[in-house]
Amino acid sequence: MSKTFDEINQKIKDGQAVVVTAEEIITVVREKGAKEACKMVDVVTTATFGPMCSSGAFINFGHSDPPIKMKKVWLNNVPAYTGVAAVDAYLGATELSEDKGMEYGGGHVIEDLIAGKQVKLKAIGFPTDCYPLDEIETCVSLKDVNQAYLYNPRNAYQNYFVATNSSDKTIYTYMGTLLPKHANATYCSAGQLSPLLNDPYLRTIGIGSKIFLGGTQGLVSWEGTQYNTEKERTKSGVPTSAAACLALSGDMKKMSTRYIKAASIHNYGISLFVGVGIPIPVLDEEMIEHLAVSDEEIYVDIYDYGVPRRSRPHLGRVNYKELKSGKIKIGDKVASTAPLSSYARAKEIAEVLKGWIKKGEFLLSEPVQAFPKQKKLLTLEVRAKAGDGCD
Amino acid sequence: MTKKKVVLTFPPESIDQPITYRLVKDFDLILNILRAEIHEEETGRMVLELEGPGEAIEKGVAYLKEQGVEVQEAAKDIELDLDDCISCGFCTAVCRPRALQLDDESRELRFIKENCILCGLCVKACPLGIIKIKF
Repeated sequence: MSKTFDEINQKIKDGQAVVVTAEEIITVVREKGAKEACKMVDVVTTATFGPMCSSGAFINFGHSDPPIKMKKVWLNNVPAYTGVAAVDAYLGATELSEDKGMEYGGGHVIEDLIAGKQVKLKAIGFPTDCYPLDEIETCVSLKDVNQAYLYNPRNAYQNYFVATNSSDKTIYTYMGTLLPKHANATYCSAGQLSPLLNDPYLRTIGIGSKIFLGGTQGLVSWEGTQYNTEKERTKSGVPTSAAACLALSGDMKKMSTRYIKAASIHNYGISLFVGVGIPIPVLDEEMIEHLAVSDEEIYVDIYDYGVPRRSRPHLGRVNYKELKSGKIKIGDKVASTAPLSSYARAKEIAEVLKGWIKKGEFLLSEPVQAFPKQKKLLTLEVRAKAGDGCD
Repeated sequence: MTKKKVVLTFPPESIDQPITYRLVKDFDLILNILRAEIHEEETGRMVLELEGPGEAIEKGVAYLKEQGVEVQEAAKDIELDLDDCISCGFCTAVCRPRALQLDDESRELRFIKENCILCGLCVKACPLGIIKIKF
């Protein structure tokens, strides 16, 4: 039994498609078996809602009169990058405010804009004959700008890590507050609901895949930065640590703050909770086997963040069912576990996306181009001394 | 006689030391343990009311610090509006008494006030800044 994207889309248009979430499919396959489930179900919706630092927005402010070629730009005192055309800028989610530090940053500006708020735009120019203005200060909202779209270079990681801390001091990391001597351990994945854990070889997800992003329809634009296919996998094909990832884009003007939220991570910095949902077509039995994966079959590696090096000590491997139980063993210590990614909100996103597809408002798109089957991660090595040339 | 309410954080290696006993015996303090969460091999937390002459309380607190126990002033109340909460779980990472926990089924955050020892660690841990502390 196999189906194509076109056949599934026809069923969606006819209102006949059977759509379930990645949580529901587990029970369907357990009760009916893979063969029957493959016949029954057409689309499985997956989702995640976690802090994704590699996120940001491209904004085109429109031209003032007289016009300005922006050299530096701030939104609510958060610097954005404007080394592109005159009034284009990129605001990174992790950029810190110049007056509020870690309390407010790019992520907050993005959330404020999506909430419909006015933000303060300040820019200094580089006066030329065609762009004479040297300074501008005004207020803008999403209604006033030509384009505002999220372009997130790395989102929706396929699995991640469990972080813990062997040192005798509390440490503050992007994985949250890690208490001394393995008192706690944090993890960041929607596990069985997570998009790329349900399609571990990215058979159905590639450039041009239409997705749920921040409450509206978005697109997979490219492979995510640090995309990596070489991580160890379990028998079912699921990697046991951060592997593939996606670059995503979507129209901020149509997004909702329910699915895009700024995060201030204590003593670390700013990030952005991004709501991502990806529909996966049930093409054949192989796909259904992947989609039926449950928390107890998804393993993830534990690393010691108490050692601040690129290669942190590996302390073992657990599955998401164990992580969700609230406690895991690390050596002879018992660590309380805590997620950093909202499973509850991910579940909601999977339901919303399911609703769109059932109503025929959302059709699946076959990737325009698949991602590399093999790609390993490069590292940055210090080759030259400061001041030396590069030849 | 004065009273002082503090939150104590015990490192795992101090759990087998009779620290509160020493406060009574050596500093003549009246102790009222309001809440405690102490297990072998784990970081322990206790909300403790100390009563005695001001100087004795100061000496007692200094003794606690010498033993590697972290001493913080206790808060009066913690407030959290669950309508604004996204149930990410960041706060549960630092909440040792499990006053903040995710529901097994819905995975939504629950705030079980009876378990809260008012240590205030969740206030800074919340990435949305929606947990407020009252002193």
